[in-house]
Amino acid sequence: MGILEIKNVNKRFGGLQALGDVNLSVAENTVHAIIGPNGAGKSTLLNVLVGKLIPDTGSVMFDGQSVLGRKPYEINQMGISRVFQTPEIFGDLTVLENMMIPIFAKRDGAFRMRAIGAAASEREVIEQAELMLESLNLADARHDHSAAMSRGNKRRLEIGMCLAQEPRLLLLDEPTAGMARADTNNTIDLLKQIKDERDITIAIIEHDMHVVFSLAERITVLAQGSPLVEDTPDKIKGHPKVREAYLGESA
Amino acid sequence: MDAILLQILNGLDKGSAYALIALGLTLIFGTLGVVNFAHGALFMLGAFCAVTLNRLLSLGFVPEDASATSVGGFSFGAAKETPYVEHWFGESVGAAIIDWSVPLSILFAIPVMIGIGVIMERGLIKHFYKRPHADQILVTFGLAIVLQEIIKFYYGANPIPTPAPEAFRGSFDFGALVGFDPNTIIYPYWRLVYFAFAALIIGGVFAFLQFTTFGMVVRAGMADRETVGLLGINIDRRFTIMFGIAAAVAGLAGVMYTPINSPNYHMGMDFLVLSFVVVVVGGMGSLPGAVLAGFLLGILESFASMAAVLETLPGINQIVIYLVAIIILLTRPRGLMGRKGVMEE
Amino acid sequence: MLGLTKKDFALLLVVTALALFAPFILNPFPEGSGMAQFNAGYPDLMQRFAIFGIFAIGFNILFGLTGYLSFGHAAFLGVGSYAAIWMMKLLTDNILPAMLLSVVIAGLFSLVVGYISLRRSGIYFAILTLAFAQMSYALAYSVLTPITGGETGLQLKLNDPRILDAALAPGERANANLFGLDMTASHELYFGAWQFTFNAGYYIAAACLILAFYLSIRIFRSPFGMMLRAIKSNNTRMTYTGLNARPYALAAFVISGMYAGLAGGLMVAMDTQVGPERMFWTASGEVVLMTILGGAGTLIGPVLGSGVIKYMENIISKINGSILHEWFSWMPDGLEDALVTLIYPFVGKGWHLTLGIVFMLVVIFLPGGLVEGGQRIGRMFRRNGGASRAAKDIAEQRNPAE
Repeated sequence: MGILEIKNVNKRFGGLQALGDVNLSVAENTVHAIIGPNGAGKSTLLNVLVGKLIPDTGSVMFDGQSVLGRKPYEINQMGISRVFQTPEIFGDLTVLENMMIPIFAKRDGAFRMRAIGAAASEREVIEQAELMLESLNLADARHDHSAAMSRGNKRRLEIGMCLAQEPRLLLLDEPTAGMARADTNNTIDLLKQIKDERDITIAIIEHDMHVVFSLAERITVLAQGSPLVEDTPDKIKGHPKVREAYLGESA
Repeated sequence: MDAILLQILNGLDKGSAYALIALGLTLIFGTLGVVNFAHGALFMLGAFCAVTLNRLLSLGFVPEDASATSVGGFSFGAAKETPYVEHWFGESVGAAIIDWSVPLSILFAIPVMIGIGVIMERGLIKHFYKRPHADQILVTFGLAIVLQEIIKFYYGANPIPTPAPEAFRGSFDFGALVGFDPNTIIYPYWRLVYFAFAALIIGGVFAFLQFTTFGMVVRAGMADRETVGLLGINIDRRFTIMFGIAAAVAGLAGVMYTPINSPNYHMGMDFLVLSFVVVVVGGMGSLPGAVLAGFLLGILESFASMAAVLETLPGINQIVIYLVAIIILLTRPRGLMGRKGVMEE
Repeated sequence: MLGLTKKDFALLLVVTALALFAPFILNPFPEGSGMAQFNAGYPDLMQRFAIFGIFAIGFNILFGLTGYLSFGHAAFLGVGSYAAIWMMKLLTDNILPAMLLSVVIAGLFSLVVGYISLRRSGIYFAILTLAFAQMSYALAYSVLTPITGGETGLQLKLNDPRILDAALAPGERANANLFGLDMTASHELYFGAWQFTFNAGYYIAAACLILAFYLSIRIFRSPFGMMLRAIKSNNTRMTYTGLNARPYALAAFVISGMYAGLAGGLMVAMDTQVGPERMFWTASGEVVLMTILGGAGTLIGPVLGSGVIKYMENIISKINGSILHEWFSWMPDGLEDALVTLIYPFVGKGWHLTLGIVFMLVVIFLPGGLVEGGQRIGRMFRRNGGASRAAKDIAEQRNPAE
């Protein structure tokens, strides 16, 4: 029994079968990559997992509880955090404030009025946030506007913000898309470090095979809305079906 | 039955005005992605085009041969001015031209309003495409204040009566025409003219968008601004022209509305708020939605003004449009005919 | 001090000092001099400074922090005013219950409006609030005439019940008071040719302003305030950080509605009357304007913005043709006439034209308002280290040791 169990999930958009009978199990404390050519349904699947889309049929269970019909913030509070393709951070806030918000969310839940005490006197929250920033090598920038950071640092901050919530499942949507090689390698190193240091399950959607094979312990190949193969990276590498899906009929 | 028809007819003129303003708002929002709070001011400027032309045409001079009317040293008629147009074209033609000043203003208003629209877009709106919607709302709100204050300075605060041509003043028995009892449905001529005019303009705009290449590009732009932006070709200029057209549509709506309601400087603001509600009810970004909602809400308002309705729900005519808008936005946030994904969270 | 950082406390002190010494600061010119027309230290205007300051401070908590642009906040001010006048008619002339009720009623009303309007965002939200406000205006103007007095509005009358108050002696008028302190009571201080007026009503309003300002600092610096800024900055990240943005925005909406209600209650406390025009949407536009002009999202901005607009309104609308001629009389005749003709449309009744132009200029060139303008000028003077200054400011206000 995996921490995430997707069973018989179907989703249609008009005439297009975006997801067809998806069955997928993600085991706890593994790094599971979902790959596939464009239009294979990776993003649709991700949006189902975070509550942005509701599938037509099927079930999605996280740690024994259904996520279907729950709002994105509720699913997040269950322990699923999401990293976006383009980093989504609070650009108008300082780096430290960015890091404080998920810690507040973890401590106070989805809504709590704390309108009178000063944020600056929340020592515990600030300490936790600074600790996290140090581990990300972002401590020097903590009073900078986060919008002014480099793309690579924004990515680090976003991943850090997700980790600050201590999620059980971390979803990554093409975390290195549009990045320079150096930034990509930094991100891979960061994710490896996270994997080694924490009890955390990571599901990653990725185009870049270098990233996938550096990180993944299991890989599911999605094609035309359905899982084609699921196996270890070594087996996937030489799999004829995978080559066919990626290179087309001619292969 | 005849009472219902009467209310529908009564709702048509306001509905037409809502539909025309909402059409322009939607065109601008759909193509340029800009929320134009100054659109009501364009309607008002159109109305004042009619006022201006009327004044220009009525400009006169005291004839040289005024002595003909003077008796015993007192010149009774001396103060009477003769309009230049009567002098140039003869008395009867000249008088007819003045009498027809409102319809003639259409010819005057089209170039003026397109000009104002283009200047507005190039001079101001263009710089706000990439700014947040709040900034667009605020800057056009400021512009609306400026425009209406300029008009107030030159034309004063009081409404200026601008009559329809003699031939269209008064009312006729519409009921008798369509087979009801005589004298049950008396309808002013000009309102019918206004409705026909609005229908013509709306038809014209739709035909333009449907059957010309220009229109095709604009429609494609409304469907997916980013993709059309990628095509690149002259899209900026097309949008400028589109803004000019939207300004002209609002202006013409204003020109023809002057005989129904004497124009004043704040008429634009009054119509703007309701026109926004119309756009939202119709569905942000949907042209047919804007037209449909305009007429529906105009007619609804007219029904709510019936004596029988007001007896049970006093004052409902004042708020019915807002109520409907709130209910629609909550139950069907996309509006009547709005497409998915336009201005949604 | 008072739970504030040094910097914020200094800001509070500045506002407090400005409010307390306003009768001096605003009357710099001796009576009877040519410049006396630029004095603003008379009770009526000073009260409006304070009241609109409160209104704008509240609006800023919504718009400045969350970015939700409400075009209907005048409705809450109006509702507060109606609640206050009824309290003064039915219960007592004492303004305290009236102001309390106006805050409560405006809070409840904004809860309803906010609950519905916040289901949409962006333009839809602006239009929804606008529709609600216009509907309230229409209701107050017509349907609810028995409650609102329709077009003429409501005033205190001799035959109001006022069940807590003793009957009026013959010839006595009902006066708004705070435990017997008459709002219209003034003390005049003469200092040579200068005259300063200390008005009870103004000081009540000023006390409310200081309190309102203090509360807004606390809200700005609180975790709640941080959440509100997060909504404005990135709603998607907010949601995917497990936070439900809507109750946060609603709380901000209600708080700003209560501020508006307080302002409305104070208005009634000062002039004991109310009319529906107070709720018209141009009145909602005005508070947007004040906030933007001063600097949305800054603490001091709304206070500055409302002060500047109310001062300009008062002074500029007083200038007329003959005053202009007087000013430029030292010029050659032709030039004088030309200048007067040029300036005339912008003064007197043309005040709104000036207002509209100023507003456009601010939105176009200075979206951060006067505060940003001041910062830009400040930066010009101390170029070196300018970039790290902003970061240092934040570092200072964050420092919990203070």
